[in-house]
Amino acid sequence: MLYREAGQFKSSYAADQQIFPIRQDRIAVGAVLVFAFIVVPLTADQYWLSAILVPFLIFSLAAIGLNLLTGYAGQLSLGTAAFMAVGAFAAYNFLLRVPGMPVLVAFVLAGACAALVGILFGLPSLRIKGFYLAVATLAAQFFIVWALTKFGWFSNYSSSGVINAQKIEILGYRFDSPLSKYLLTLSIVAVLALAAKNMVRGTVGRSWMAVRDMDVAAEVIGFPMLRTKLSAFAVSSFYCGVAGALYAFCYLGTVEPEGFNLDLSFRILFMIILGGVGSILGSFLGAAFIVLFPIFLNSVAGPLEHAIGVKLPAGLMSNLELMIFGALIILFLIVEPHGLARLWQIGKEKLRLWPFPH
Amino acid sequence: MAFFFEVLIGGLLSGVMYSLVALGFVLIYKASGVFNFAQGAMVFFAAMAFVVLLQDHGVNFWIAFALALGMMILLGLATEKFVLRPLVNQPQITLFMATIGLTFFIEGLAQLLGGANVRGLDIGIQDEPIAAIANATGINVSRFDLAAAGVAAVLVTSLALFFSRTRIGRALRAVADDHQAALAVGIPLHQIWGIVWAVAGFVALVAGMLWGARNGVQFALTFVALKALPVLILGGFESIPGAILGGLIIGAAEKLAEVYLGPFVGGGIEGWFPYVLALLFLLVRPEGLFGEKHIDRV
Amino acid sequence: MEQRRIGEVILRLEDISLAFGGVKALSEVSFDVREHEVRAIIGPNGAGKSSMLNVINGVYHPQVGRITYRGTQRQQMVPHEAARQGIARTFQNIALFKGMSVLDNIMTGRNLKMKATILEQAIRFGRAGREELEHRRKVEEIIDFLQIQHIRRTPVGKLPYGLQKRVELARALAAEPDLLLLDEPMAGMNVEEKQDMCRFVLDVNEQYGTTIVLIEHDMGVVMDISDRVVVLDYGRKIGDGTPDDVRANKAVIDAYLGVAH
Repeated sequence: MLYREAGQFKSSYAADQQIFPIRQDRIAVGAVLVFAFIVVPLTADQYWLSAILVPFLIFSLAAIGLNLLTGYAGQLSLGTAAFMAVGAFAAYNFLLRVPGMPVLVAFVLAGACAALVGILFGLPSLRIKGFYLAVATLAAQFFIVWALTKFGWFSNYSSSGVINAQKIEILGYRFDSPLSKYLLTLSIVAVLALAAKNMVRGTVGRSWMAVRDMDVAAEVIGFPMLRTKLSAFAVSSFYCGVAGALYAFCYLGTVEPEGFNLDLSFRILFMIILGGVGSILGSFLGAAFIVLFPIFLNSVAGPLEHAIGVKLPAGLMSNLELMIFGALIILFLIVEPHGLARLWQIGKEKLRLWPFPH
Repeated sequence: MAFFFEVLIGGLLSGVMYSLVALGFVLIYKASGVFNFAQGAMVFFAAMAFVVLLQDHGVNFWIAFALALGMMILLGLATEKFVLRPLVNQPQITLFMATIGLTFFIEGLAQLLGGANVRGLDIGIQDEPIAAIANATGINVSRFDLAAAGVAAVLVTSLALFFSRTRIGRALRAVADDHQAALAVGIPLHQIWGIVWAVAGFVALVAGMLWGARNGVQFALTFVALKALPVLILGGFESIPGAILGGLIIGAAEKLAEVYLGPFVGGGIEGWFPYVLALLFLLVRPEGLFGEKHIDRV
Repeated sequence: MEQRRIGEVILRLEDISLAFGGVKALSEVSFDVREHEVRAIIGPNGAGKSSMLNVINGVYHPQVGRITYRGTQRQQMVPHEAARQGIARTFQNIALFKGMSVLDNIMTGRNLKMKATILEQAIRFGRAGREELEHRRKVEEIIDFLQIQHIRRTPVGKLPYGLQKRVELARALAAEPDLLLLDEPMAGMNVEEKQDMCRFVLDVNEQYGTTIVLIEHDMGVVMDISDRVVVLDYGRKIGDGTPDDVRANKAVIDAYLGVAH
């Protein structure tokens, strides 16, 4: 009875096409935003802010980026981390080389740079599909990391390409505490997530899904194949680029190209598989899962060691983590290919009927 | 000129080893239409299992080989049963992602078994120039590379014969062509898949031993195996000769590029050159060297 | 209001030949389509009917031949260019976007009329929001016309075959095409569904004046609703004319009933 749209009649198409047409959803989204912007800053400690919430938000953004490309436009990418690297290094260089460059503008430009690189590596998608394309994105992954390491200019000639992100200052205010960084990240992610939601329910989103579901028909209907696919690559890479910039500036502070390796790309791919391919909400759920799961595993390991009185070998947990991740991916693909977001939806369906299930 | 040939031959010989890894991909792709991303992890796991048996448990070389082979076959059968069978009829891309999950699982398992450190492996062949050839022509050819290439060549030939001359091979080709039709004429589908995964495990073991002896048994072996992807793109996913030729081309091209192009851009281009080469190749010929051109029917 | 007055030739195909490798799908086929008419293409399986439609809207490119559409001559079409020129179509094996709702599928048909940039859509400000509403209204008209109101929100993958065919027609109509290509719109339907579909096709032709080229196997349907008929066999044209002409054509009878060679 709590979650029901009964009685909510739409009398205009405008009302029917709202971003969240059901009242309870609007309330829930509002509540989450209030919680994230007001309750969390008042209650969370530094560890939670800087070690869990900030990376969670950043990974969510990257996962949204990948989801736009893979989930909505159907183009599998294994090079997400490389596009994040482009964003991180571009933001660094804009701030380094352009005097008086505002940080937010640098972030946007960083996203734009990543978008350009994304378009470049997206070009083969016109001729190749599926895992052939995945190999093309692997080329991006290896090439970009190599180029950022090899050409000293990108990292201002530091050793092995390490960069130290500059201090963030917006309108005279310094974002150096964990809380301020959290709020900055949260604001950017919230705005971009909303924009992504808008895109996927507009023509551009439909063009992506059309290409994903049936590319010949999409072209016959009038979506130009090249422009549609490249727009997906561009927007997706933009999101990844901004996520990369935030990764360097609001999370780690110091990054090197090797940090954006294939493993990170896979991690983000796992987020969307677990969270839900083709779902914005799923990107958040998947990111939360991947960020929280190792913490959960470690917190289980401690008491377990205590209980059995044996010290577990150091590598054991990380290897077990790999295995469990792998097994979970397979399990999700078999049991619930639409991920946590689908489970959430099923939950909502149940709630509609509750407490009278028949 | 001698130096050029030395680089070329070195590249071709390591190319044969790429072919060997690529072969594992092709077998599985042909039989079940799955692009098995975990082939690299299987190579790593096989080498690790062998090393652990040989060094930590002091098992005799051949017994260790047999046991490791047994483990690979079990792993292959388990994969067929627990991963692929439940996912039958899913889109290819879903299967592909499942094998990425499998990759993580097998990598974790391998390191659980043998730790995260590099393990040396000595299979009794030294990585040194063959004196006779060096004296006669001035070209250094590694004894190890030559032996490895020889092993790979024997393996590739016997597999090619196995799949073209035997009943199982014929059944495999029928399955590759059309699952439903193969099932309809009474070919035991799961049995064929099981055999293919077992053979792929065997190929992974041999590849893992050769690469492991050369570079040490370590996590990086999975990256060597990833190089098989550009090989496949060149050769086409469904062609055994394609895998061989593709391996040779990639092996030779990456070595030549490293030696002759590398110095201009600061070196280290081996890591990405094969991928970019494959990418450029794809733009010209999307179906690969030997792949068939598909016509979309609408 | 009667819009249907058969006019000038708007599409002319001349000497079209199409081959895949060594297999000839079409050999030197020529015919034309007049404005506002219902033109049928018939022929046995493998006669090259679908290939013909694919040539018209640029999915396949003929090796030889000329296509003249609205006075412009070209050797081949590009699919999205054909769409831009007002050609829409449906497919023999339904080509809907399976992951999307009926409403979204039909909305895709309006894409060429939407002008908002990606950025405008991202913030859904001004033009983007307005366009969505405007086109939604038009899409609802089509939904009413084809009587599929009740399945608006259903993912198309879950619909029965007959309804999917109808949704595909709706998507094509959403583009407000001048020329509509229908590839076996009634295949696999029961009699009742066929009657509905016939009615829709004729209504589209009469109310909007849309020119229609359709492929159909059901001879009764073809003879009833089409103005002129082209007959293909083994990639060649063996007959062309009004239903009565074609019915009387010796070559056509042979192709359908079979003769000893």
